[in-house]
Amino acid sequence: MVAELAPRTLHVRARLHPSSSFALDVDFTAPPGVTVLFGPSGSGKSTTLAAIAGLARPAAGRIALGDTAWFDADAKVDVAVHRRRVAYVFQSLALFPHLSAVHNVAYGMPRELDRQARTGKALSLLERFHVAHLAQRRPPTFSGGEAQRVALARALAIDPHVVLLDEPFSALDRELRIELISDLRESIRELDVPVLFVTHHRQEARALGERLVLLEGGRVQSIGKVADLVTGGHDASFDETPLDADRMLDR
Amino acid sequence: MDLAPLALSLQIATAATLIAALAGLGLATLLANVRFPGRDLIDVVVTAPIVLPPTVLGYYLLVAVGRRSVIGHAWEAVFGSPIVFTRTGAVLAATVGALPLVVKSGRAALESVDVTLVRAARTLGASPARAFLTVQLPLAARGILAALMLAFARSLGDFGITLMVAGDIPGETQTASLAIYDAIQEHRESAALAMVLALTAIAIAILYTVNKLTAAPGDGR
Repeated sequence: MVAELAPRTLHVRARLHPSSSFALDVDFTAPPGVTVLFGPSGSGKSTTLAAIAGLARPAAGRIALGDTAWFDADAKVDVAVHRRRVAYVFQSLALFPHLSAVHNVAYGMPRELDRQARTGKALSLLERFHVAHLAQRRPPTFSGGEAQRVALARALAIDPHVVLLDEPFSALDRELRIELISDLRESIRELDVPVLFVTHHRQEARALGERLVLLEGGRVQSIGKVADLVTGGHDASFDETPLDADRMLDR
Repeated sequence: MDLAPLALSLQIATAATLIAALAGLGLATLLANVRFPGRDLIDVVVTAPIVLPPTVLGYYLLVAVGRRSVIGHAWEAVFGSPIVFTRTGAVLAATVGALPLVVKSGRAALESVDVTLVRAARTLGASPARAFLTVQLPLAARGILAALMLAFARSLGDFGITLMVAGDIPGETQTASLAIYDAIQEHRESAALAMVLALTAIAIAILYTVNKLTAAPGDGR
């Protein structure tokens, strides 16, 4: 692993016990760009994201963006969730059902901006994700793909320091996934911040990721390039079968 | 029908519901969202009025705010009249009966809101207070409104606590439920029936509205 000391690299070292039967103990870095968090369900991917966002508090460790510690057990640092500016796209998307799409997207924008500026910016984000026509509608009426796009627009609207994507495409069919991944890839490139992308689909991993962190049983099993770690299947189509992590390790 | 007891009941129930709403929603929020030592104890104490006999509650209130108690004495010094056997006492009695309904149902309404939505608000830069006010509270609004209506209905019908703490003084603390008891004692059956039907109609109207509020779709995603 190449140790990158770029100012905007995310450093994660955390030990957590979210339940009595499960312990998470991870240590990795994520430079700007996409790092795929890969592993079978129950391997600790979502817990890792929660710790980075500040939604779960590690028992020990340090989480820092560049030199800025967000969490440091020894130094007793624990920056509040809302001050970390972490864009988090939940698996369930968690769109606010009582707010229109444009208000969902504007929710996280700086309060200094006036109402008009926020609405304008929200609309242009919705446009970027091809869902401007939903602006005035509320989430319960959205299709799966529409909700997905609004959720991505909302997350990126906060000018995030870090982006966390927790299997954001798991509920979508293949074609929608391909479309969304290409839209997302562009936005991520412009942002130029660390993006952690949780998935257990190898094609998703390959389509978005550069680096890959393989988790298993709450521990980092290996870290490397996606191309080296995820092999097989040269066609561009999506492999719907979740990747077998054991088989992957053998290669 | 003498409308004075009914008017008094509505007045007392309104005041009691407002007080129970303020105190009860504060407690409900605390119990739903904050983990602190003694949480279970507070839950039990606040809920106790549901299961305790009204006379027992009345007894405790008499001890707590009677004319010779610290609170009762201070109140009388400031406001010039005692709490017990006045309209203030009747409001207090109705409030104590209504509070557990606000806390229990209010807490359930707040806890029914998907916690991921609140977490999403936090990651989007909302302080805990803003996440509560802009996400959790609006999404729990129907349930909270239903809780307040139940509390109002409970305050309107209180008998035992009111009798113990406020007595049965016509024009001062004689509420509709107490007036029914008096009418029966005095063999004024038709007066009792009129009041019974009036209270029944109000209670059914409230329950119907509560059912509408809690069954209506629109809170899901």
